[in-house]
Amino acid sequence: MADIQYSWPDRDSSKVIGGRQIRLDGMAKSTGAAKYAYDINLKNMLVARALGSPHAHCTIKSIDSAQAEKVPGVVHVHVLDHAKPGREIRWQGELLVIVAAETEAAAMEGVSKLRVEYEPLEVFVDEFNLEAAKKAGRTSKDGGKVQLEKEPGDDEDEATFADKELERLFKQSAHVVEGFYGIDAITHCCLEPHGATVYWDNDQLIAYLSTQNVSGTDEGFANDLKIPADKIEVRCQYVGGGFGSKFAPDYWGTAAARIAKATGRPVKLMLSRDQEFKLGGNRPSAYLKVRLGADKDGVVTVWDSDHWSSPGADGPGVPQGVIPYVFAPKNYRRAVTKVTTNNGPARAWRAPNHPQGCAITQTAYDDMAARMGISSYDLFLKNLGTDDSPGVAGAKPSVYAAEMEIAARLIDWKAKWHPHGKGARRGDIVDGLGMSLHTWGGGGHESTCTVKIHPDGGVESFCGTQDIGSGTRTVCAMVLAETFGLGVDAIRINYGSSRFPVSGPSGGSTTVGGVSESHRRAGQEALAKICEMVAEKLGVPAAELIADDGRIKARGDAKKSVAWKEACAMLGMKPLEVTATFRPSRNKSPLSDTKVGGVQMAHVEVDTRTGLIRMRKFVAVQDMGLIINRRLAESQIYGAVIMGIAYSLFEQRISDPASGAFLNADMSKYNLCRLGDIGEIVVEMYEPESERSRGVIGLGEPPVIGPGAAISNAVCNALGFRVPVLPLTPQRVLEAIKNNAGRA
Amino acid sequence: MKAFEYAAPSTEAEAIELMTERAGTVEILAGGTDLVGLMKQMLVNPDRVVNLMEIRSLREIEPTPSGGVSIGAAVSLEQILDSHYLDPYASLKQAINNISSMQLRCQGTLGGELCQRPQCWFFRGGHGLLGDDGRAVAQGDNRYHAVFANAGPAKFVNNSRLAPALIVRDARLRIVGPSPDAEQWVDLADFYRIPRHGEQRENVLRAGQFVSHIELPDPGSFQCATYEVRQGAGPEYPLTAAAARLNVQSGVVRDAKIVLGHVAPTPWRSEDAEHELIGKPLTAETIEAAGLAAIRLATPLSRNEYKVTLAQVSVERAVRMAAGLPPGGF
Ligand SMILES: Cc1cc2nc3c(=O)[nH]c(=O)nc-3n(C[C@H](O)[C@H](O)[C@H](O)COP(=O)(O)OP(=O)(O)OC[C@H]3O[C@@H](n4cnc5c(N)ncnc54)[C@H](O)[C@@H]3O)c2cc1C
Repeated sequence: MADIQYSWPDRDSSKVIGGRQIRLDGMAKSTGAAKYAYDINLKNMLVARALGSPHAHCTIKSIDSAQAEKVPGVVHVHVLDHAKPGREIRWQGELLVIVAAETEAAAMEGVSKLRVEYEPLEVFVDEFNLEAAKKAGRTSKDGGKVQLEKEPGDDEDEATFADKELERLFKQSAHVVEGFYGIDAITHCCLEPHGATVYWDNDQLIAYLSTQNVSGTDEGFANDLKIPADKIEVRCQYVGGGFGSKFAPDYWGTAAARIAKATGRPVKLMLSRDQEFKLGGNRPSAYLKVRLGADKDGVVTVWDSDHWSSPGADGPGVPQGVIPYVFAPKNYRRAVTKVTTNNGPARAWRAPNHPQGCAITQTAYDDMAARMGISSYDLFLKNLGTDDSPGVAGAKPSVYAAEMEIAARLIDWKAKWHPHGKGARRGDIVDGLGMSLHTWGGGGHESTCTVKIHPDGGVESFCGTQDIGSGTRTVCAMVLAETFGLGVDAIRINYGSSRFPVSGPSGGSTTVGGVSESHRRAGQEALAKICEMVAEKLGVPAAELIADDGRIKARGDAKKSVAWKEACAMLGMKPLEVTATFRPSRNKSPLSDTKVGGVQMAHVEVDTRTGLIRMRKFVAVQDMGLIINRRLAESQIYGAVIMGIAYSLFEQRISDPASGAFLNADMSKYNLCRLGDIGEIVVEMYEPESERSRGVIGLGEPPVIGPGAAISNAVCNALGFRVPVLPLTPQRVLEAIKNNAGRA
Repeated sequence: MKAFEYAAPSTEAEAIELMTERAGTVEILAGGTDLVGLMKQMLVNPDRVVNLMEIRSLREIEPTPSGGVSIGAAVSLEQILDSHYLDPYASLKQAINNISSMQLRCQGTLGGELCQRPQCWFFRGGHGLLGDDGRAVAQGDNRYHAVFANAGPAKFVNNSRLAPALIVRDARLRIVGPSPDAEQWVDLADFYRIPRHGEQRENVLRAGQFVSHIELPDPGSFQCATYEVRQGAGPEYPLTAAAARLNVQSGVVRDAKIVLGHVAPTPWRSEDAEHELIGKPLTAETIEAAGLAAIRLATPLSRNEYKVTLAQVSVERAVRMAAGLPPGGF
């Protein structure tokens, strides 16, 4: 058989790809038929609840579970290793003891009867306050980078040279801005908390886990439980939100497995709502002090920043690589400090580090425009550079420029823009426009898919991927439907089990690239085999056959064809099974690519007496290579923009400075935006042939990056001065108005 | 949740008996939207729960002989919106509509709305109603706490969104118990109190008592409005609020009543603001003066100074709206 040329059909001949197929599991989800890990109830199952540390920093002196064990219905009490007497606990909510019982109520009563003695230790959570962090000994250098066009002489000290050279560049600059910008920590806020329902079938562990990583978590269980990974099956059909926080079984997942083993019964252990807030993951904060200089046209030529970031008690903070964001000035120095606090450790959050990088640096670029009295649009455009000499490290300048033009048209930038702080006033209300640029990789991850074609014409696929809500199941079905010339309903997609061929974790927007690769490849290979059989029968070379409209046809000769079912019947008694793997490599695959851009613009209104901000309109223009499902792609962008509005205006982890307690760790106090708060959102896909021909690129993350900077810039345009730290709460807006008295 | 006894009486007298017959703590259950959460988090652990929802007389809205309206404590907020008897009290309906959650309006009752426990995050985080005798609030993050009457250990705010609107209307409460035929009438303005120690609660109810009815007097020819500073469109509590009642004749304010919400451990009447209004022509200057007067006594905590500004704006905008003017902002 000749080597198969993997390819996508072109725009005009695509029947399914690029369409607006609704989610195949939409009905199951909206009727409740879809079963999430939280919904799995097994016969004879125990429900487990855990005691979390009330202190943000303490040592455990003793644990007494005698009273808890006596509570009617309590079956098992499990003290976690890290909570044994003498151990240090570094954040509030850290689980200490798990109680498994016949009912949730009994488990909770058991938890309330646990007696733990703590030795409280000094607490630090004030990550906003760098001086206090230094005094508390909570800071450490966290990398940095200097790049200058000029090089130091042989005998010159690099640091001294940098000082001098930067001073020289600033002196030479036509315009200099100094500023402070920040963005607070937020949590992942998954509606379905982390957790699992597990049982043992003899020596096999079956774990219904709420996970973004079906193929990769069995190892996590295996390592922790010291059993071979082949004795573990992880299952997950639906995930109620992960956003980067659900890649591992977590210690509570393996604890559930231990309790199930000890009791011989299935166990369900899901975090409680406050535990989900405290342990389920959060996005590091970041605060930046910067001086930037631009030439007379507004092109930033020198950037000197110091930023600090806190991932809580553990983990990496926001690195220097996203500073400044997308823009790449020729000369820069960027220093980073990490602040360690008594908050739960950070986890990857949708486009890790990019939203923070964008929010704390493209605001500084916007302030340069304000300083010069020019439109942010013009300044951003000047700083793009050209495709030959790019001023950005992201997508191509020409892509950004084209997307800016579209976005400006959709938000009516020309008519609505006014110089910063110079807009018309309606009562106490002023309005403003702001924009931002973003970039992301989104290349496909490794993925293996087995396609099985039954002699009766049935088609199914097996792949150890997951659908984290983004529509992976639907996308896979569309790829195979297109490949075999069938309807999506004719395809059965099997995923969500670690017993299936390995596919990567859903992080980094890598899923759609990975699974569309593996499904298309396996599909094309299987089709080639079917065509070989049909070729003989029709007397047409296999290469001349195409699958279309439920038939295998000779290209250009409609009379020569067989129905799909008839073709499959030629398989005889045995189904055809084909497995194909995609492995990302340096060589560009014809089916997928990496790296996207995107432009976002916000139009806001600010009430200058209450500090309230209302979204009027938000425009998101996005490239993503070839679009498989337009509706789902748009829906990713709408969702991302809404999430972005939430972290720009509402969301914030509030830690009590005195006790370190996470004060708003509950849904009624952790403010999120509602549908009434989002204004009009306009999504525009940028898919000219130059983009489409690149193949599939992920887009789950990119559109969530820009709202922070775009909204902050719009507020600054409205008020005439910056509200420096996100979220822009009424309190902060009023404080900024006070600090800029006379300017509002 | 701790195991508890549950009772669902069908008359007031039975309810009182169930609340008083035995030692142990008793909680009243109405819609349960607040109580059940408190019980699940084991912040409130009653031995017995007495459900008022089966008592017919508490679920009715009726006109009173004196031209007012009586509302049973177990009437849902949605029922109030639907009742024509309450059409003349448009600002009450407006305040209910601000609670932008269909579920809360259908399930929550007027009695429960008025008796809901504070949202103070130290209370809800297990530090007691006063938050370690006031220390937790004073030393900790108090951005949402009281800016008036906060010198004692109680620094939480009263969260009722309907109390200000009802107080400016001179609403009264009928309280029954603890003896089977005991009944007493209390002005809603006098119902709330500031607890001084951990044994006290936020209102004057004693063990064995509950609110059976809320009575509104004749609507009169007042102009009323409520303005809330709401950060978003959801059912979250406003940052501050004010209700205003005006009687304006020939452009001059003859009478005024101003009550703020979410600024003190009780709904907070501002006689200072009222004085600035009464006898004055209703001009922008008068309204501004009322706003300023309203915050004269403010004593912000370490992190909530902005609420003083919001209180001032709330008063101004409530007065503007009562006067039929646009609020000026959102
Ligand atoms: C997510 C969420 C958001 C909320 N948002 C708001 C909001 O925006 N605005 C708002 O006002 N409220 C809000 N609430 C609080 C509260 O649930 C409502 O105010 C509701 O109206 C309370 O009524 P209920 O009948 O459900 O009260 P319940 O929960 O039954 O009772 C509340 C309290 O009052 C006591 N009580 C009830 N009836 C009486 C009575 N007749 N006599 C004496 N004591 C009584 C109970 O014992 C209990 O302590 C919110 C609650 C939730 C869960």
